[in-house]
Amino acid sequence: MTGAVPLIALVGNPNAGKSALFNALTGARQKIGNYPGVTVERKSGRAALPDGRPVELLDLPGAYSLTPYSLDEAVTRDVVLGRFEGQRRPDALVVVVDAGNLDNHLRFTLELLAQDLPAVVALNMVDLAKRDGLTLDPAVLAAELGVPVVETVAVRKRGLDALSEALATVLHRPRAASAPAKDAKTIARVAVISETQTRQWTRKLDAIFLHPVGGLLVLLGLLFVMFQAVYAWSEAPIGWIEGGFAIATEAINSALPEGLLRSFLTDGVIAGVGSVVVFLPQILILFLFILMLEATGYMTRAAYLMDRMMAGVGLSGHSFIPLLSSFACAIPGIMATRSIMDQKERLATILIAPLMTCSARLPVYTLIIGAFIPAQSVGPGIGLQGLVLFLLYIGGIVGAILAAAVIQRFVTKSRGGSFLLEMPRYQMPHFKDIAIGLWQRAWIFLRRAGTIIFVVSIVLWALLTFPKAPEGQSQVEYSIAGRITSVIEPVVAPIGFNHDMALAIIPAMAAREMAVSALGTTYAIEAEDDDATAVALGPKLAADWSIAMALAFLVWFIFAPQCISTIAVARRETNGWKWPMVMVGYLFALAYVAAGITYWTASAFGL
Amino acid sequence: MTLDTLPLGTAARITAIDWTAIADSEGHRLRALGVDIGATIEPLHRGMLFGRDPLAVRVGRMTVALRRKVALAIECESAS
Repeated sequence: MTGAVPLIALVGNPNAGKSALFNALTGARQKIGNYPGVTVERKSGRAALPDGRPVELLDLPGAYSLTPYSLDEAVTRDVVLGRFEGQRRPDALVVVVDAGNLDNHLRFTLELLAQDLPAVVALNMVDLAKRDGLTLDPAVLAAELGVPVVETVAVRKRGLDALSEALATVLHRPRAASAPAKDAKTIARVAVISETQTRQWTRKLDAIFLHPVGGLLVLLGLLFVMFQAVYAWSEAPIGWIEGGFAIATEAINSALPEGLLRSFLTDGVIAGVGSVVVFLPQILILFLFILMLEATGYMTRAAYLMDRMMAGVGLSGHSFIPLLSSFACAIPGIMATRSIMDQKERLATILIAPLMTCSARLPVYTLIIGAFIPAQSVGPGIGLQGLVLFLLYIGGIVGAILAAAVIQRFVTKSRGGSFLLEMPRYQMPHFKDIAIGLWQRAWIFLRRAGTIIFVVSIVLWALLTFPKAPEGQSQVEYSIAGRITSVIEPVVAPIGFNHDMALAIIPAMAAREMAVSALGTTYAIEAEDDDATAVALGPKLAADWSIAMALAFLVWFIFAPQCISTIAVARRETNGWKWPMVMVGYLFALAYVAAGITYWTASAFGL
Repeated sequence: MTLDTLPLGTAARITAIDWTAIADSEGHRLRALGVDIGATIEPLHRGMLFGRDPLAVRVGRMTVALRRKVALAIECESAS
């Protein structure tokens, strides 16, 4: 060691409560990035030992052994063995085990202790193990393993000081690699003080949640509540954000004289970025549900329930978790496919992930639904707008089912994946872990709004503002953007898209929600043209578009592969351009045909 | 009998596993989850109305979900 801050890695089985322990030790001082060269998420943070020395903590991906069967596990092995290019080897390990699952988790522990790194074992979730009727003796375990064993309850911050103290004593004290004298089962048995009937609560809850009929109804109900909540709970906070931007526009209008700078700030920056930031509440509500489902342990039950149906199209329950994450964003969804063991199934899941309605589509859906679908009730607690939103989600899912069936049958020629999954016990989600997760998602979203969307908004504003139209001509039509759009317009005109819609789908390539910004900026500039005060976007659209056009626009967004980041991630995860190109091709074709059918059908009904 | 035919709620000991019927990666994960010869296993739930697939089984203090195809390769005898 040459004065560098000691690096301590947290390592353990999935579901050992490793991330909760990491959160408890580092608080909000976390850095999230990627390991060099791969897309595996790297989480690190600072903490202090009892004597004040700073240490860097690294949260390694959960693994079952040092023999990797997934990309995540390979990262864990390489870091522990010091083989990872660009990541220094940890100076010590904190091996996290679930006290209630000792016999299983000890297997990996023994494998880790056979390495020549100083180590401390964190016997985590001892409270749950006790409630489950399992009492363990950490002293016996420490004697058997030859390393300190500390009882912890990460979510209640119990045992953290003892853990730091144990770390301080083992750090820099070289430890010879030791072959375990006994096997995991034997050690686990001697460490048990008392054991009674297992997991009462989990078994009772599973009787409901895993019921062949009841469990499925609960799952559908949960999903429906989730999508309704995205609408219902977000109304008020969206109002506050809109109010804030309106005040800012007002302030700029009164402070600056009419001219380019004022137009740049209000039409470019506020209309562009503001119309996207407004959807932060909805995105956070969606992530709140997903994080809660994961934290409670319900997500794996959902995977179990869905396995049979997914098997019908050649996928498995494993695909369900990445696909559900894709409802928030396809990028973490595609990255989550790494836990799928079957490579063909993994590829198919990547290809259909963009069909799940990601949160970036919500701004588009909300705007169009708000403008065209009346806010009336179609039943107790069910609004028509929420129902349409639900149908749009279903549209994506049905598209994904069909695509998966075709892909697995004709493209990957898979013989049906495999399904093998540990279902952890149910847990109360811990407020702080959820809060940290939500904060990280909010930050990523706002950073996107502050960078990509900010830049694209400004570029779009410039394209719409220049060159200046002569008196009596429409600024939007005359501008550079208007001229570019005129080239695309004939292509999308058959499926009912007008000039503004054609213009909106171009910047949507950078980020889907840009479609809303584009419409926002276009109409803001048009409004100035008409010498009228800028009106809210919704009513303006309702006046300009027919319902058939609006529906076609919505359907286009179910399928169109609009986000460049998703394509980039698909390229990284599949190691080449072939599959991302296949993805983009089939999604565009699907979007065009589906939007067309929608438009022609709706027009035939006179909408 | 195989794990597949074992009635729900009956604990049994695994006597043999036909590893050739199971993919390499699956076999590895099975052992990592504690499903190995000599382990005690108890089917808890069977999924979906059709095909009785997948299964949720208790192994040690863990609940593991696996497919019927894998269960067919696991030979076990009632522990009582």
